Amino acid sequence: MINSVGRDIPDQVLKDTGMKVFQGSRARNAEEYVKAAPKVRAWIDPTESKMVADIHEALVKCGIKDGMTLGFHHHFRNGDKVVNMVMEEVHKMGIKDITICASSLGSAHNPILPMIEDGTVTGIQSSGVRGKIGDAISNGKLKGYAIMRSHGGRVRAIESGDVHIDISFIGAPTCDEYGNCRAVGGKSDCGVLSYAVVDAKYADKVVAITDTLVPYPNMPASISQIDVDYVVVVDEIGDPAKIATGAAKPTSDVRKIMMAEYCTQFVVNSPYFKEGFTYQTGVGGASLASTISLGEVMKERNIHMSVGIGGMASAMCKLLDEGWIGKLADTQDFDIDAINNIKTNPNHIEISGSEYANPMNKGSYVNRLDVVVLAALEVDTHFNCNVVVDSNGMITGAQGGHPDTAAGAKCTIVITPLLQGRIPCVKTDVTTVTTPGEDVDVIITEYGIAINPKRQDLIEAMKGVKLPFTTIEELRDLAYSMVGEPDPVEFGDRVVGIIEARDGTIIDVVRQFKPYEYKD
Amino acid sequence: MNPNLKRLRRTMMFLNCQKPGLIKDPYIYKPDSIMLDLEDAVAENQKDAARFSLYHALQEIDYHGVERVVRINGLDTPHWQEDVRVCVAGGCDSIRIPKVEHAKDVHIIEEAVRKAEDEFGREHGRILLMAALESTLGILNAYEICTSSELLFGCALSGGDYTKDLQTKITGTGVELNGARQLMIIAARAAKKQCFDTVFTNLDDMEGFIKETEMIKLMGFDGKSIVNPRQIAPTHKIFTPTEKEIDFAEKVVKEIDSKKAMGIGVFTVNGKMIDIAFYDGAKRTIDMAKAAGVYEGDL
Amino acid sequence: MELKGTGMAGTLESSDAQVTVEPGTNGIELSIESSVINQYGRQIRATVKQTLENLEIKNAKVTVVDKGALDCTLKARVEGAVFRANGVVEGLPWGGAIK
Repeated sequence: MINSVGRDIPDQVLKDTGMKVFQGSRARNAEEYVKAAPKVRAWIDPTESKMVADIHEALVKCGIKDGMTLGFHHHFRNGDKVVNMVMEEVHKMGIKDITICASSLGSAHNPILPMIEDGTVTGIQSSGVRGKIGDAISNGKLKGYAIMRSHGGRVRAIESGDVHIDISFIGAPTCDEYGNCRAVGGKSDCGVLSYAVVDAKYADKVVAITDTLVPYPNMPASISQIDVDYVVVVDEIGDPAKIATGAAKPTSDVRKIMMAEYCTQFVVNSPYFKEGFTYQTGVGGASLASTISLGEVMKERNIHMSVGIGGMASAMCKLLDEGWIGKLADTQDFDIDAINNIKTNPNHIEISGSEYANPMNKGSYVNRLDVVVLAALEVDTHFNCNVVVDSNGMITGAQGGHPDTAAGAKCTIVITPLLQGRIPCVKTDVTTVTTPGEDVDVIITEYGIAINPKRQDLIEAMKGVKLPFTTIEELRDLAYSMVGEPDPVEFGDRVVGIIEARDGTIIDVVRQFKPYEYKD
Repeated sequence: MNPNLKRLRRTMMFLNCQKPGLIKDPYIYKPDSIMLDLEDAVAENQKDAARFSLYHALQEIDYHGVERVVRINGLDTPHWQEDVRVCVAGGCDSIRIPKVEHAKDVHIIEEAVRKAEDEFGREHGRILLMAALESTLGILNAYEICTSSELLFGCALSGGDYTKDLQTKITGTGVELNGARQLMIIAARAAKKQCFDTVFTNLDDMEGFIKETEMIKLMGFDGKSIVNPRQIAPTHKIFTPTEKEIDFAEKVVKEIDSKKAMGIGVFTVNGKMIDIAFYDGAKRTIDMAKAAGVYEGDL
Repeated sequence: MELKGTGMAGTLESSDAQVTVEPGTNGIELSIESSVINQYGRQIRATVKQTLENLEIKNAKVTVVDKGALDCTLKARVEGAVFRANGVVEGLPWGGAIK
């Protein structure tokens, strides 16, 4: 069945999953539903301890069995050790048919690979997958479909009951013996635990795993004792060097600086750049550079940002400290400065994944965004973006908050170089649609800027502005004239992955990777 | 006369011909000229390979009007003859001759270019030349070199080799280059040719780069050799005329054009008498203002 | 042109290609590995074959390891490898067999 971004979703997939096809970003607006609820085990006896000896005991007490769904968060990013240590124990116990429902997975989780091959893990639901797990899924090794969900989409799926987590394992930088978890302090300081909040509220069993047990009460807690069943202390939950890097040096790549400068000029000339505007940006070189140059214009014109939203890095924190931003609504910390800043600046505040981006609660922070600056692997002439599948057809990225912020913001800007090596980043059709073009307003490349024709208001607002405006078709033609028109990537028949739109419908599927073969 | 002789050359950016990633689209950074390097940047055993890259780059890549200068290997190497052939066959705009010390060095290349133009059926005089002065002797012979050929548009200082010859080094103060810079610019101007300053290689010292570029502009230089795109915008900013300068230049050009059309030989701007000697400078100011995108008049 | 020996040109850096040519007896035996093969495999092969044809190479074993090179670079690397194999560095047929 063809969905509203023109992708043909196979009937078999719809039958297997009971899902519907994507009908547009706001198709489910105002829909009413009853939230799911966890099965809770009462804890009346005050003499009972939540402390368990090890992960094995936690798994036994939680009643681990074949076919369960286990939840994890990705706040330790590439330094995460929790997924591997839990899954290793599950594997040892001979449990099969596990679905991992993580807020994201990366190359730190390569050790899961043999468990996919031997049937321990048969389902993966994540924002995305990098590294060997991505390759394994693309190569058809996972028994079920991998479901890729945005950060907001994951919360929605859990809260609405589309996925039910049996046991969630929450890596906690600090925790007390009654389960109060904080993201700050300890050996694996990660700043916030935003994406774990929904797990704590909706999983039947919640296990806090920490390497730093602190005296009771560990307050203010990101995850409260009222939601935690068991506490396990282990040697290390993460590798601090890989959790957060030092603050990235501003890029010296002139191409990125050019795109950043175009972006800043676009933003300051847009109707949204006024006192109290709201903003979100990523942590790529061009995004960071644009935050820095935007900050300079804010100071020049005495314009303040009321709130900065989403993942944080040093540039935004610096503007907060200097008083140019009112509040930071933080869901993830990308560098040490951001982690330190949330401890020292009271206006830097942790919000939950649901508050951030869930499309089906009563209104998330992304809905309040004026401007979001994003990146993409590919964009197309319909302004659709792909942030998950690489140019050879392999699953290699994550949706993150891309579709959420794009849908919420009044002005969604995507910065991408025109080419990555020979690969054109502006194409007729993206390999896989992960964010629909209806939510993308502006594409900025070093060769020119294209405004989505459906945003005539922005086109009008930019009249007379000295920026290299062009059309998306011209950008594509320019790219093709330099590198040649790419052949469409060919895939195998089997669907291996589902790209879930943030509202729970299917926006695209990913088919099995097919090694390239010459036709003759 | 080849109109390129007097074109604007504020920034001439070196690029290694052997690096496909570099020569693909350097015009995006908007230098006035790129200098595709076959000489120092290319290892001795890659000289042949670099020429193939150069040939196809010249033939197939649209550099969007950026001048394509090729730095060939020196006359003391076995490479320059083939370098000249590929430059002509590929159709570059200009050739930078390294280590020039005498007028005859320019004549040798001029002759080789003419021969190659005949071989490949190309029009004479389309490819221009520039001379890099890299030794004390080259500096002392700057005037002879600058007047050696009608196809030569100017000379450039190569500070690294020059300071070695001088038995000193690049200090960052500029003291070691003072004499060379003065001699060169005087010689170039006497010969009515352009003059370009040496590279500034410490990319982390943007302040030092800007200071040096401001200085050479005041000394009269037309532009600077650039090693990284980061140096382009600051250089162009320094070479961008002020509003006042542009306003004056515009009046000069208009006054002289209109009076000459009426056959009048006395010109006044802002109530003051000016003479015809103001004209070329005023034109150059307008050109620079246009290149910097700050001129909105009708000239 | 007949290949006299083995020649190699290019690097494994991004946007480059490394091309090796050896004398062969059985037409053009071409092996291509590329980081962009799924979108550009067809075009890479066509460019390499056309370049060899321009050079009138009829028999050769040709190995291309491509890292996203543009056509102009692929041509340059094939030509570089061929002329190296034959030890030719001067008097090259610019605009003739090299086009």
